[in-house]
Amino acid sequence: MDDMDVKLLKFTQDGIPLIPRPFAEIAKSLGILEEEVTTRLKKLRDTGIIHRFGASIAHRKVGIVANAMCVWAVPSKRVDEVGRIIASFDEVTHCYERLRSGKWRYNVFAMVHGHDKEECKVIAERIAEATGIYDYEMLFSERELKKVGLRIE
Amino acid sequence: MRLDTLDKSLLNILQDELPLVSQPFEELGKRLGISEEDVISRVKRLLEEGVIRRIGPIIDIKKLGGVSTLVAMSVPSERINGTAAIINEYPEVTHNYLRSHRYNVWFVISARSKERLEEILAEIKKLGYETIDLPATKMFKIRVKFDMK
Repeated sequence: MDDMDVKLLKFTQDGIPLIPRPFAEIAKSLGILEEEVTTRLKKLRDTGIIHRFGASIAHRKVGIVANAMCVWAVPSKRVDEVGRIIASFDEVTHCYERLRSGKWRYNVFAMVHGHDKEECKVIAERIAEATGIYDYEMLFSERELKKVGLRIE
Repeated sequence: MRLDTLDKSLLNILQDELPLVSQPFEELGKRLGISEEDVISRVKRLLEEGVIRRIGPIIDIKKLGGVSTLVAMSVPSERINGTAAIINEYPEVTHNYLRSHRYNVWFVISARSKERLEEILAEIKKLGYETIDLPATKMFKIRVKFDMK
């Protein structure tokens, strides 16, 4: 990544202009060619610095209103296997192993999304059956206190 | 808001990627069988209605040397709004949710360095509420996409 890549990320991170040739407009502002903008963005995407170049969607606005953070207490030696099973569920968007602490015994976290709470509960039960891990809790979201895209400064 | 079939198809594609070509909306129009103008006006409407937050890069902070963690906090109900306001002031806090649990405030911090992350955590712990730091040790899945049917 060079300075121009950083400039490009900063310039596009709040959204590109909705015009026929958005990258030409961005190129003009940065003093480079349109083709250089798309080439650099593709490279940033291929190296994984840009995880995805696309739309961020407010799921609540399209009827995906319930989400539960499901936390599972998985024996360390089964974490890889169980993590992969949980990740294979379509309704799961994120799945991580996290550090266990004295105050918190759950180590595998999965975000489960559904149209309502009941649907989320059914999904969690199916996951329990598929993994054999019945020691879990569901933390439903009551309110979104903040949600923004990650920004670089 | 009501989405028609074309809106849903457009959202399904846009969640994955905006083509990185000179005229991306024309390209999307070709795939959907509609004009470039129609694509742009639909995207504008979805943005105004708040269905689309923005179209741009989703940046992976780890690839830039950054670090992130999930923090859980136990905050008395009457103090939630005030506490959330303090936490949310950090630009490094990207997500913050109120959840039904004894640990009720859950937020993600993504910082440019481990030092900065520790500094924010130390400041937040000074609020005096029970706090757990839950850094990820392994990622199994990250896919923020839903099929619009």
